[in-house]
Amino acid sequence: MKKEYNIMVYSENQIGLLNRITIIFTRRKVNIESLTVSESAIKGVSKFTIVVEETEELVQKIVKQIEKQVDVLKAFYHTNEELICQEVALYKVSTEDLVDSDKIENLIRKYNARILEVTREFTVIEKTGHKEETQEFFEALNQFRVLQFIRSGKIAITRLTTERLSEFLRERDRILSATD
Amino acid sequence: MAEKISGSEALMRSLLAEGVDTIFGYPGGAIMPIYDALYDHREEINHILTRHEQGAIHAAQGYARVTGKPGICFATSGPGATNLLTGIADAQIDSTPLVCITGQVTSPLLGTDAFQESDIVGMSMPVTKWNYQITRVEEIAGVVAKAFHVATTGRPGPVLIDIAKDVQFAMAEFEYHKCTKIRSYIPYWPINMEQVEAAAAAINKAKKPFLLIGHGIIISKAEEELKALIEKADIPAAWTLLGNSVLPPEHPLNMGMLGMHGHYGPNIKTNECDLLIAVGMRFDDRVTGKVSSYAKQAKIIHIEIDPSEIHKIIRADYPVLGDAKKVLNKLLPLVNEAKHEEWINEFRACHEIEFEKVIKKDLHKNNGKSTMGEVVRKVYEKTEGKAIVVTDVGQQQMIAARYSGFAQSRSFVTSGGLGTMGFGLPAAVGAQLGQPDRTVVTFVGDGGIQMTIQELGTIAQENIPVKIVILNNHFLGMVRQWQELFFEKRYSFTEIKSPDFVALANSYGISAKRITKSNELDDAVSEMLAHQGPFLLEVFVEKEDNVFPMVPAGSSVSDVILEKPEQ
Repeated sequence: MKKEYNIMVYSENQIGLLNRITIIFTRRKVNIESLTVSESAIKGVSKFTIVVEETEELVQKIVKQIEKQVDVLKAFYHTNEELICQEVALYKVSTEDLVDSDKIENLIRKYNARILEVTREFTVIEKTGHKEETQEFFEALNQFRVLQFIRSGKIAITRLTTERLSEFLRERDRILSATD
Repeated sequence: MAEKISGSEALMRSLLAEGVDTIFGYPGGAIMPIYDALYDHREEINHILTRHEQGAIHAAQGYARVTGKPGICFATSGPGATNLLTGIADAQIDSTPLVCITGQVTSPLLGTDAFQESDIVGMSMPVTKWNYQITRVEEIAGVVAKAFHVATTGRPGPVLIDIAKDVQFAMAEFEYHKCTKIRSYIPYWPINMEQVEAAAAAINKAKKPFLLIGHGIIISKAEEELKALIEKADIPAAWTLLGNSVLPPEHPLNMGMLGMHGHYGPNIKTNECDLLIAVGMRFDDRVTGKVSSYAKQAKIIHIEIDPSEIHKIIRADYPVLGDAKKVLNKLLPLVNEAKHEEWINEFRACHEIEFEKVIKKDLHKNNGKSTMGEVVRKVYEKTEGKAIVVTDVGQQQMIAARYSGFAQSRSFVTSGGLGTMGFGLPAAVGAQLGQPDRTVVTFVGDGGIQMTIQELGTIAQENIPVKIVILNNHFLGMVRQWQELFFEKRYSFTEIKSPDFVALANSYGISAKRITKSNELDDAVSEMLAHQGPFLLEVFVEKEDNVFPMVPAGSSVSDVILEKPEQ
């Protein structure tokens, strides 16, 4: 059964590695729903968060093929339940619409969004949350015409107390020393 | 302060530090400084100028396969680099260690569609184990060291280093340290003894065990361990195309080849055994046929070095992650001595059926032309199984795999996973240079040889004593066979006209002979093998002979057919 899986990849910060990783998805014609890359808590180590809608069996195979890449340190996959996730969305509306009535203001209060910037022409509103929440806010706000809308990729951390990678790197050192 | 040397010289010294003595390549604009540095090292490094970059890389593959050392090739930027791609893809899927060095336009021109610029790093990404573009001269030693480590350890594979031309000229200090460890790369996972014990228990319990020999046995040099295991527990064994030559043909537990054109017994018994022990192989679809009806009755042990291969195609009941040699060494003491005489006799009974229906016809036809099988068998007999056999792709490949036999391992070189036509002739060049004291015979079709026939020039220039046997059926034989069996004999573009191969070889200064009747075969093969230097033997074979047995694509291995089905 297909469901949403979050693939976390820790890698060396190498040019071209993103390409190597995405090739594994494109070869199998798997669509990447969202992708975020940033430096992890460990210096020099990049962390990819890749969201796909697939069967667990295929996700397992993809994760192993990602891990096979020489510059990849470790890849894991998680269901949404195992993670604390967040996304951020930005919405641009006309400032005239905002001041005309208190309806937009009420929506901002109701959805716990906030105003980032106001100019004479437009106002930029920010909302963080899960995709469903930012989407619901979009739909509500769009009654007043959203001029521009953008949503980030998903970022997520596990419910574990430490970064699994630190543990893994220690294990890896042990293996590499043992096989000398 | 230490001496400064050019990037090109640094590359040469790095290659020498890795023990490189043979390079296959082709020069061009963006790699000229490297070739200039090579000129100073021509006493230490034997560079073979091929006639096409594809020839260079297949030669490097042939060299790697018979020596176990990485094959090295040089090519220039743009078309030089892209011409390597087929060979890189071939090496990736067949786990062949290669280090490919390509020249690249100067770094300020990168990404500008400069003359002979191609994004070879991007293009080779899906088919290399690792690749890297060098734009700073200081990187050379470290990158080359990493490349050799990655190419040759774990599951081997091709790596590519792309070097911008300005870096080849730039000067820097040089110091070389071999790479033994990369934080993000674990070539050999520690062996989990629980997995080994579980596998041993399964073997000890099995009544009808069956072992599959993969390329991994050869790569990890585990031939003796493998023999010890099957002999101790009396396990019949069969081999994948790339596992050929691990067992000599006379070994009583050698049951033959697996897969689409493999032997009858190994295919039938795959679906009758109670335990399948797969060692160093990846369950290619040419081996498994229809996966959903593959060995469903059996428990499966999968001994494999690449974690991503385990459960990829066939779910293993007893996966054992690790290098074949190390795993077999740990497994052997835990396995009980056993006898499986009745079970082994079932394979022999299958062989008798196959002998009557297929082998007899393949080897002893009494009309005019030779059969492909006869030619291969004649070469086998006259070389006493001591030759290295290199094949192209198609009918001759399957016949060569079935009817050759090998006294020693690492003697059969073929393009397995990618099925690259044109592989045979250049791969034979590399195999001969890798094993100069052995006889190298390449079987090629009239189709395949014409894809890389320009390498006759390389063979002539270097006087490489390969024996080239063209099995000429005037068709693209394997495709024609499928058209006959599955496309109502609609021979769509499979008839092929060839040049006069004998005259062509002679024009290169290569001795050659053509035979058209089977009664000429014995003398012709003797003449070829006795000849000092290269020799081309063209054999006219039956135009429409087929290769059997055959597991039709998408069929179960138990539905292997021994002859053409009634229409």
